[in-house]
Amino acid sequence: MEKVFTDDNFGTDVLKSAIPVLVDFWAPWCGPCRSMAPVIEEVATEAEGKMKVGKMNVDENMDTPGKYSVMSIPTFIIFKGGEVVDRFVGSMTKEEVLKKVESHY
Amino acid sequence: MREVIIVGSGPAGWTAAVYVARANLKPLLFEGDEPGGQLMTTTDVENYPGFANGIQGPELMDVMKKQAVRFETEIISKHVVSIKKIEGGFEVATDTDTLQSKAVIVSTGASARRLGLESEKELYGKGVSACATCDGFFFKDKEVIVVGGGDSAMEESNFLTRFASKVYIVHRRDAFRASKIMQERTMKNPKIEVIWNTEVADILGVNEGRVTGVLLRDTEKDETREMKIEGVFAAIGHEPNTKLVEGLLDLDEKKYIKTIPGTSKTNIPGMFACGDVQDAIYRQAVTAAGSGCMAALDAERYLAEQGD
Repeated sequence: MEKVFTDDNFGTDVLKSAIPVLVDFWAPWCGPCRSMAPVIEEVATEAEGKMKVGKMNVDENMDTPGKYSVMSIPTFIIFKGGEVVDRFVGSMTKEEVLKKVESHY
Repeated sequence: MREVIIVGSGPAGWTAAVYVARANLKPLLFEGDEPGGQLMTTTDVENYPGFANGIQGPELMDVMKKQAVRFETEIISKHVVSIKKIEGGFEVATDTDTLQSKAVIVSTGASARRLGLESEKELYGKGVSACATCDGFFFKDKEVIVVGGGDSAMEESNFLTRFASKVYIVHRRDAFRASKIMQERTMKNPKIEVIWNTEVADILGVNEGRVTGVLLRDTEKDETREMKIEGVFAAIGHEPNTKLVEGLLDLDEKKYIKTIPGTSKTNIPGMFACGDVQDAIYRQAVTAAGSGCMAALDAERYLAEQGD
């Protein structure tokens, strides 16, 4: 299941997570974000137990995107032990996302 | 073997799907890695007939998809990596699957052209953006440049003034090729300033990890100067997505698929092309949709003839 991350829960749910975390920075007005939503949902199911997957709405949460210099959406950042280990921007297929995700298990 | 596979999910692809599905040919459509195509990064679409008050690009693509789904188009959200001619049809492959069909409709569209600078790649997502509607939000009260002189450059510039304090349009010529209505809208906007006869020679800020400025070159005097800026948006046209069919289909000198005039037929019987991938001239949502209909009807006729 996909999680919902916010500025408030980011520290505990992402940075202090026991397993790696993929954060999808998105907004409702962004077309490519909308078309990536079902892809990320499927990735969340496949990565269950190995990587936490969730989205953060940049319209409602300003601090975290600012801190990580998110200036394009969708931006995807993978965190491991509180550190950024991967980052990619824009539309891609499920296979491409999974390839990146699986390399950080 | 399936009857028809459609590759691409813009207005051409979805229209082809609606027609193929209604002919009971059970289309399978691959959405590709930019689902919905160029309209997904467009805001107001004011010239698509049937929407008196205009419609948002992603919204339009959403209803087109729904219409295709209503007639039972099967959709696979994957990117096609190869198409091969086989006995009696074609083999269409993604990274994970291989499917066969008697006919293929190519509607892979066109993608935004990049400036082609190394710094542009490095700073992509860090101040360099290919989508003003997605990323304008991050440039509140900042100064940005838009590179280009066509309708999309005008549209993006006007859109960006909702957020940015100032938008500079950098254009390498001394006149725009955009439509009159878009030019007027742009020239009237007090937040927009045009820098004529100039191109972007480099984007600065690779070491800082974010765009800090650009190096501009005057195309007349061949002089360069630096300019401080926080965002760079390129709107310098599009390139047809024809890598997939290179070597298989005849392409023109600009790499668009060649079709027999007045039809969607390519040089290979059973393969049809529609939308921006075969249209270097009109490139409108409505012409793409129209040619999608043509491809579906051409494919339907082709299959009927094969069955005889």
